[in-house]
Amino acid sequence: MFNPSAKLKVDPRDAKLAMAHFFVAFTALAIGGLAGLLQTLVRSGKFELPAGIGYYQILTVHGVVLGLVLTTFFIMGFQLAATSKTSGTFTNKQRITGWIGFWLMTAGTVLAAVMILLNEATVLYTFYAPLQAHALYYIGLTLVIVGSWIDGAAIIMKYAEWRRKNPGQPSPLLTFMSLVNTMMWIVATIGVASTVLFQLLPWSLGFVETVNIGVSRTLFWYFGHPLVYFWLLPAYMAWYVVIPKVIGGKIFSDSLARLSFILFLLFSIPVGFHHQLMEPGIDPAWKFLQVILTFLVVIPSLMTAFSLFATFENFGRSKGATGLFGWVKKLPWGDARFVVPFIGMVAFIPAGAGGIVNASHQMNQVVHNTIWVTGHFHLTVATSVVLTFFGVSYWLIPHLTGRTLTKAMNKLGIIQAVIWSIGMTFMSGAMHAVGLLGAPRRSSYSEYGGAPQAAEWIPYQVAQAIGGSILFIGIILMIYIFINLAFFAPKGEQEFPVGEAADEAEKAPMVFENWKLWLGITVVLILFAYTIPFIDLIQNAPPGAKGYKLW
Amino acid sequence: MHMHKFEKAWLIFGIGSLLVFLTVLGVSAFYLGNQPPSCLATIDPEKVDTTVPFNEPGLKKVEGKDWDYELVYVASAFSYSPAEVEVPYGAKVKIIATTKDVVHGFEVAGSNINMMLEPGYISEHVTTFDKTGEYLIVCNEYCGVGHHMMSSKIKVVE
Repeated sequence: MFNPSAKLKVDPRDAKLAMAHFFVAFTALAIGGLAGLLQTLVRSGKFELPAGIGYYQILTVHGVVLGLVLTTFFIMGFQLAATSKTSGTFTNKQRITGWIGFWLMTAGTVLAAVMILLNEATVLYTFYAPLQAHALYYIGLTLVIVGSWIDGAAIIMKYAEWRRKNPGQPSPLLTFMSLVNTMMWIVATIGVASTVLFQLLPWSLGFVETVNIGVSRTLFWYFGHPLVYFWLLPAYMAWYVVIPKVIGGKIFSDSLARLSFILFLLFSIPVGFHHQLMEPGIDPAWKFLQVILTFLVVIPSLMTAFSLFATFENFGRSKGATGLFGWVKKLPWGDARFVVPFIGMVAFIPAGAGGIVNASHQMNQVVHNTIWVTGHFHLTVATSVVLTFFGVSYWLIPHLTGRTLTKAMNKLGIIQAVIWSIGMTFMSGAMHAVGLLGAPRRSSYSEYGGAPQAAEWIPYQVAQAIGGSILFIGIILMIYIFINLAFFAPKGEQEFPVGEAADEAEKAPMVFENWKLWLGITVVLILFAYTIPFIDLIQNAPPGAKGYKLW
Repeated sequence: MHMHKFEKAWLIFGIGSLLVFLTVLGVSAFYLGNQPPSCLATIDPEKVDTTVPFNEPGLKKVEGKDWDYELVYVASAFSYSPAEVEVPYGAKVKIIATTKDVVHGFEVAGSNINMMLEPGYISEHVTTFDKTGEYLIVCNEYCGVGHHMMSSKIKVVE
C-alpha cells in the first residue's frame, strides 16, 4: 500500500521510548526465568529453596513477572515502535502520553514486586480470593494496567491523527493491528480492573469484610482469556507483516489480515467461562455458549495459517521451486529473523490442538488444573509467542539503538531457538504426559503420603527439571544477545522489515476502520454471553467470603 | 476483498469440521447429559459444620435416588474430611463437596472427577466406581503454603 507517512527509520525519540519498555521486559525475562528454573528444580524433589523462600512465592514471581510484566512491556514497546514506523513519528504530546504510561507501569511493577518479595502477596497472578494479599500488591497491579491504557492511548491518538490526515484511506497495516490489539486489551482489562478496584482493594483495606467469590473469579476470567490473545496478536503482527519482508516475499492479502484481526477482537473476550467449566454457580448452558464462542477463533487461526504458508509457497515458487514441497528449501534457513519465529509457528500447531482439548466442554474435566495446562501455555505463550518476540528483537533492538545484527549474533539467535525447542520438548512434553495421569499444577514437590499414583509422577518431574535447566541456558543466551544488541553491536543501519501486500492494487475495504461497528458488535457479544449468568451470580450469591492469609 | 479459491476450500473444510466437533460436544452435553459440574446450590461458608449434609462427612447409603450412595467431603486448609473412605466396587455415587475457607480443588487423580470447591458454593458430581484400587484425591487449586500436602484417599473394594 502507498503510505506517505511510513518512515525509513523510527525517530530516535520514539526509539528511546520503545527501548525503555524493552529494558524492563528483558529484566523481567531474567528474573522470571530464574524463578522458573528454581520451580522445576524444587519439583524434581532433589533441591530445596534456601533461606526460607517459599515455592509459592517463587511461583508468584514467575507468573507476575513473565505473564504480565515481560509480555505487556514487550508488546507495548513493539506496538509503539511499529506505529511510529508505519504512521510517522509521534507528536510530543503523544510521546509524553507514552512516557507517562511507561512510568506508571514501571512504578506499579516495582510496588507489586516489593510486596511479593516481602511475602505479602503470595496469591499468584490470578489473585485467588479469598486469599488476601497486601493492598499495595493490588494497587501495583492496577498501576500496571492503567499505565498500559495510557501507553495504548498514545497509539490510539496516533491512529486518529493518521486517519484525519489521510481521509478515505485504510490505515497502515501494522498501525491497524496495533490498534486492534490495544482496543481488545482495554475492553478486556476492564474486568480485572473492576474486581481489583471494587472488590479486592476495599476488602484488603478493611473497608468491607467479605467478597463475592463467584463475581470476582468471573471478572478475572473475563480478562484472563483475552489476555492470551493480547500476547498472541503481536506475534501475528510479526508473522503477517514482518516475516514476508524478511524472506523477500509478499503479504498474502492485506484485507484478509485485517479481517482476521477483527475476528480476534470480536471472539477473544466473551469466552472466559471456559476457564470456569469446573466451577459451581454457573449454569452449564451458559458455559456451553461460551465454549462455542471460544471455538470461533478457530476461523481467524485457520486464515492465519493459510496466509503464512501461502506467503512461503509463493515466495519459494517465485524462486523457481517445483514440486509439492520444493518451496521449503528456498526459505532463508540461515536467518534468525525468520527461523526463530518460524519455530514459534510450528510450535503453535500442537499448542492449538491442546487448546482445543482444554476448551472442550467435557474433555476439560480430564485436564483442568493438572500440569497439562501448564505444558499447554508453555507451548503457546512461552514458545510460539516468546520465540517470535525474540525473533523480532533481533532486528528491532539494533534498529532502535542504531546498531546491526552481526553474523555471530544471528547464529547465536538460531542456536538459542534450538536450545529453547529442546528444553521445551522435555519440559512441556513431560508436563502434558504427567498431567494426563493427574499431576496437579501450581504445586510444590509432594509424595502425597507415599501414594503409589504420586510416585509415578516423579520421573516426569525430573524430566521437567532437565527441560527447565536447558531453557534457562536459553534465557542466559537471550539476555546476552539483548545486551549485545543494545550496547555493544557495531553501529549501523538495521532494517525494520515491513512487508507489502501481494494484492497491492486492491485497497482494503474501509469497513474495517469502522470502530463504532466493531466495538459495537464486541460489546453486544459480551453482553449476550455474560449478562444473565452475571446477574445470577449476584442475585443468588452465597454469604461473602472473609479474607485469609495462608502462606 | 477477494478470497483465493484454495483459501475458500480450506475455510469451508475447517468451519465444517468445527461444526461437526461442536455438534458432538453439544449432543454429549445436552442429550447424553455429560455436563461439567455446575451445581447452583449455595451454603454459608461459616456454618458448613452445622449444615446438612456437611455435618456428617463420609459415605452414606441412600434409598430412592438415582444413585446408591452419597459421599460428602468438607475441604479446609489443608485437608479433606474424610481423609480416607472405602467405596464398594460398582457403586453409583454422588460426590457432594464444599470448602470452609478458601478455594480448593477436588480431583480424583487418573479419573474424570475434577471440580472446583469455592466458599459459599456446593459442588457435585455423580460417578460409578467400576475399577477396584486405591485412588488419590489431590487439591489442584492453589490454596496456600500447605497446598501440595492436601490429599485424601478413596479405596474401591469388592
